[in-house]
Amino acid sequence: MNKKQKTLLWRIIIAAIFWVPLFLISEDIVHVDLPKIAVIILFLIPYLLVGYDILKKACHGIRHGRVFDENFLMAIATIGAIVLGEYGEGVAVMLLYQVGELFQSYAVGKSRRNITELMDIRPDYANLEQEDGSIEQVDPDEVEIGSVIVVKPGEKIPLDGVIVEGSSALNTSALTGESKPRQVEPDDDVLSGSINMSGVLRIRTTTEFEESTASKILDLVENAASRKSKSENFISKFAKYYTPIVCYCALALAVLPPLFIMLTQGTAGIAAVWGEWILRACTLLVISCPCAVVISIPLSFFAGLGGASNQGVLIKGSNYLETLSQVKVMAFDKTGTVTKGNFAVTAVHHSPLDDEGLLEYAALAECHSSHPISRSLKEAYGKEIDPNRVSDVQEISGHGVIAKVDDKEVAIGNERLMNKIGAEYRRCSHVGTIVHVALDGEYCGHIVIADELKENSKEALAELKKAGVNRTVMLTGDAKAVAEKVAAEVGFSEYRAELLPADKVACVEELLAACGGKDKLAFVGDGINDAPVLSRADVGIAMGALGSDAAIEAADVVLMDDDPLKISKAIKISRKCLGIVKQNIVFALGIKLICLVLAAVGIANMWVAIIADVGVMILAVLNAIRCLFVKKL
Amino acid sequence: MKKSYKIEVDCVNCANQMEEAAKNTPGVKNCSVSFMTLKMKVEFDEGADVAAVMQDVRANCKKVEEDCEVYI
Repeated sequence: MNKKQKTLLWRIIIAAIFWVPLFLISEDIVHVDLPKIAVIILFLIPYLLVGYDILKKACHGIRHGRVFDENFLMAIATIGAIVLGEYGEGVAVMLLYQVGELFQSYAVGKSRRNITELMDIRPDYANLEQEDGSIEQVDPDEVEIGSVIVVKPGEKIPLDGVIVEGSSALNTSALTGESKPRQVEPDDDVLSGSINMSGVLRIRTTTEFEESTASKILDLVENAASRKSKSENFISKFAKYYTPIVCYCALALAVLPPLFIMLTQGTAGIAAVWGEWILRACTLLVISCPCAVVISIPLSFFAGLGGASNQGVLIKGSNYLETLSQVKVMAFDKTGTVTKGNFAVTAVHHSPLDDEGLLEYAALAECHSSHPISRSLKEAYGKEIDPNRVSDVQEISGHGVIAKVDDKEVAIGNERLMNKIGAEYRRCSHVGTIVHVALDGEYCGHIVIADELKENSKEALAELKKAGVNRTVMLTGDAKAVAEKVAAEVGFSEYRAELLPADKVACVEELLAACGGKDKLAFVGDGINDAPVLSRADVGIAMGALGSDAAIEAADVVLMDDDPLKISKAIKISRKCLGIVKQNIVFALGIKLICLVLAAVGIANMWVAIIADVGVMILAVLNAIRCLFVKKL
Repeated sequence: MKKSYKIEVDCVNCANQMEEAAKNTPGVKNCSVSFMTLKMKVEFDEGADVAAVMQDVRANCKKVEEDCEVYI
């Protein structure tokens, strides 16, 4: 609790101590002979003690021409009640209103701290290594590119860089939401914001602080709250008109019915009638206080953004959180999003040797090439390659390679190469790049190389479908056969193949035109070459985009690693958050409306009014805080 | 030019009113106040004297909400 809150707490406690005996006396539960005027004056002590700031603010508002706000509502209602002789109620309303304010301020402050802690990846210092080998603690701002910094266990890595010396496990959960530690060794890239867990690392920095990952993320997160959602804008507009309308309604309720009674039934006993209706009007003012909705909506969004960023889903604003929740159509880039974007051996067919033997020949023959295909062959073989076993290498461009391995002539390449050396090859029914192998002119089967699916792609698509995204379209520049197979395997509802980068924009535009009304379209890409598409979609989601500035710039949602499950997680977080916002609006306004009607017909009194107001506010705030808990979604 | 300032304010409505007040201050092109982060982002007009404009912004904010503070 801060100082302001503590003072308010004491004011509430002392006022309550004064109020209880006075209330018992005024209700004649405890019989003490006090003149009425003394009771009034005694009641004013707790009233002014607990409510003076509200009265002051109400006066300030009136002086500056902004009459209708919550303070005004409360001031008028309580003064009205006291003037009409309901001292106990009047003071109690002020007291409980302040209890509500205190709770609200405490809860908001607390969640503000929690959320900023979740997102706190700001490094405080860097241990800069001097030329003489000594270490000095400096501001990360002052470290130049290419300097060497030392990070001890338990410290945050202050700047992006490459490890020069030392190995360790890094906790990257603040960046990616991934709780498993990442093992790093010399020459590995490390990102600022991760926490060094075990060993001492010497790191050569590759960015300045301003450009480092931690700064970029912080910047993004801090800006997020300033982009307001439609719901937030609606509520601030709503509050602007709502309070004056309520005040006029209350005025009408106070004046019109008694006037009507006066005209129809004469003036007998009219003072009591006036009192009755004015009290009802005051009750109406208390009930209509809009705090619950006004506070809970920005709190929900803020908690949602905070919870999401803790899970490695950075959303650039409440407005995108809102749009994300309405996504019904999703377009995906294939390579790097659904598939890993690296090629690997997926099968070996028709080989008279064992698979490993064939891969060994293939890897050896290709050992001098750095083509992605040869790299994947070497990777699949997985053992040390002895280049001395290979001789007479001839690369035949557009065909493949012929080389001598252990006195055997190995020919490895496409169908054209097989035709050329006269080996009888077999076609493959699998999709991907087919590498045929012949030993001494004899056909020895083929190796299938294809881009691998990410482990979680299929599950992510299923989760999306469950979350109500019913149209999923895969966009790719690859051949139709490859696209068809991948789409079927992962579970896309549609695919578009053989697209040039510009065609992707056209595709997204066509999909945008097809989704009517409230349905929104999201595009997911890895941020490479698809920045225009990212910005064209209603929501652009960039995956694993920590390295790419263009993607962070163009995207509305940035996933910190490349796990496709994060996509469905982002959608679920947004749905949960907007669900809570709706619950709060419906719940708070619903209760208010019921109580308003009850008050207008005289069933609900001041007590019901204030308990409804404060109670609804507390429940709405607690509900809003639920937005923070998105880990298990 | 854009700058971000820390603010102190008690309620969402007051934050909205501060935003409105700051927006209507001469020299301010646009402004966004976030109650949750307690930050005021101000975009200034071309060639505006930032220090002077911010004094006005603070004065205007105090006018709508006595109990607020803008840390310049």
